[in-house]
Amino acid sequence: MRDAFTRILVAHAGEADFVFLTGDVGFKALEPLRDAAKERFINAGIAEQNMVSVAAGLARAGLRPWVYSIAPFIYARAFEQIRNDVCMHELPIFLVGNGGGYGYGVMGPTHHAIEDYGALLGLPSLTAYIPAFADDVPRAVARMLAAERPAYLRLGRDEKPKDFVLPAYAPWRRILSGRGATLVVVGPLAGGILAAAQALPESSWPNLWVLSELPILPAHLPAAFVADFQQSGHLVVVEEHVAHGSAGASLVHALVCAQTVPRRFTHRFARGYPSGHYGSQLYHRQESGLDAAAIVTLLTNTP
Amino acid sequence: MKDILRKARLRLLKMHFESGVGHIGGNLSSLDMMLTLHHRVMDSDDRFVLSKGHAAGALYITLWSLGRLTDEQLTTFHQDHTKLGGHPLPHGLADIPFAVGSLGHGLGLAAGLALGNKLHGRPGRVFCLLSDGEWNEGSTWESLMFLAHRNLREVVLLVDVNGLQGFGATAEVANLGSLARKLEEFGVEAREVDGHDTDAMEFALKEPPTDRPVALVARTIKGHGVSFMENKMEWHYLPMTAEQYRTAVEEVSRR
Repeated sequence: MRDAFTRILVAHAGEADFVFLTGDVGFKALEPLRDAAKERFINAGIAEQNMVSVAAGLARAGLRPWVYSIAPFIYARAFEQIRNDVCMHELPIFLVGNGGGYGYGVMGPTHHAIEDYGALLGLPSLTAYIPAFADDVPRAVARMLAAERPAYLRLGRDEKPKDFVLPAYAPWRRILSGRGATLVVVGPLAGGILAAAQALPESSWPNLWVLSELPILPAHLPAAFVADFQQSGHLVVVEEHVAHGSAGASLVHALVCAQTVPRRFTHRFARGYPSGHYGSQLYHRQESGLDAAAIVTLLTNTP
Repeated sequence: MKDILRKARLRLLKMHFESGVGHIGGNLSSLDMMLTLHHRVMDSDDRFVLSKGHAAGALYITLWSLGRLTDEQLTTFHQDHTKLGGHPLPHGLADIPFAVGSLGHGLGLAAGLALGNKLHGRPGRVFCLLSDGEWNEGSTWESLMFLAHRNLREVVLLVDVNGLQGFGATAEVANLGSLARKLEEFGVEAREVDGHDTDAMEFALKEPPTDRPVALVARTIKGHGVSFMENKMEWHYLPMTAEQYRTAVEEVSRR
């Protein structure tokens, strides 16, 4: 996904309002952007608080800054700068966090981002973009630029099954139709779950929805999605994020407010580090029951 | 200038008295610097970024002295439904580009504004007023490194060194020693000056530019101009009684 991100930003690098700041990360990834953007590629050093304030100043001067780092170094380290300097002023600043969820694996929890969008969505005016596939990145970037509002882009690793023809990007989209449960997946988890679901007998396929933008706006809930879970009776939300501030929690809130509730609801979310031991992204997903095998078990064992 | 200073000081006292709010000490220490800067130094391309947001009152009064805020607007200070909060507000006034109040934000904002102008090929300097207590914040040093490393000479720092912070003297809370020497070490030219001497400040700010960013390190007196407030930490917080207000007005009027 990071390469797709670099490619699309290279395409924008010549624009008059383009500027890119990195917190001293991007080795073997951002070099093409550095070369294309020249003086508009700024390594702001290992100083994320300043980087975000500088971005706010740049935005006040009419630029539209991209601000990049490993996810927690952006949303956690510089939280007050995001809150005060960016969101209170509704400035068009695009924060980019690499390694969403347990993406940095055995690098450890200091590098994980399992409460990122929950923390950020408490702020006014911010939208979180969570592409599920590398192919989504250019479209998400286009929407961020068009919205001209504070945004957070959570990057991960593309897990799309080979040869799968992806429907066009949308905040909500159904990528698999079936007669089983209604499954909503946030982020790259969707790829592995899609592959595992397709391996099931077609009668067990879920209706698999990918949700890529937060907050959930009740007015934007697709009617087809509501019809899906009303028919299937079982809504399952899967996301690499803690329950507090999660997409699942806000979806339930939106549905209850709209007085449209599923008969049954299952939420699979990041449970932190229950064993107190650490490992790969897959290891942590497994500990939380988020891996594709666990989701398939859930789907096949549910009446 | 003397007349501007006196009128502004009286109007600041009136505004704080009528609204019953404190923070007067840190406003009085910054006021002369803000007035000198806006009346004698800045031109139309320049911007001002207040970093010590608790000096919002002095900034509003400065804008009033320039005719950019009315008396009527000043009466809304600290009231419900105001655009003149205790710290500068978001979506507040066109002359105030950023809501500030939490310390350690302004210098980075100023650096970004200056860099943005530079990337757009636009002229103009960005003056950023900081407190001395604000150098407790790590982010201030991050911003200092950033602008010094990039040699952002369009940023001019003004530091209000009144020696007192929230709950003690700066020398007792986190002793900086010589801020001027530290700034120099970071690659900024520090010009030390009396922060209540308008001619000296004007001279220091207009001195021909060097090859480095410039910082005005201004020694000031918290509560300056009102002797019972001077160098007293409690005037960071206290509102004035009617008696205190009358005494303060008498003293300032005599000057």
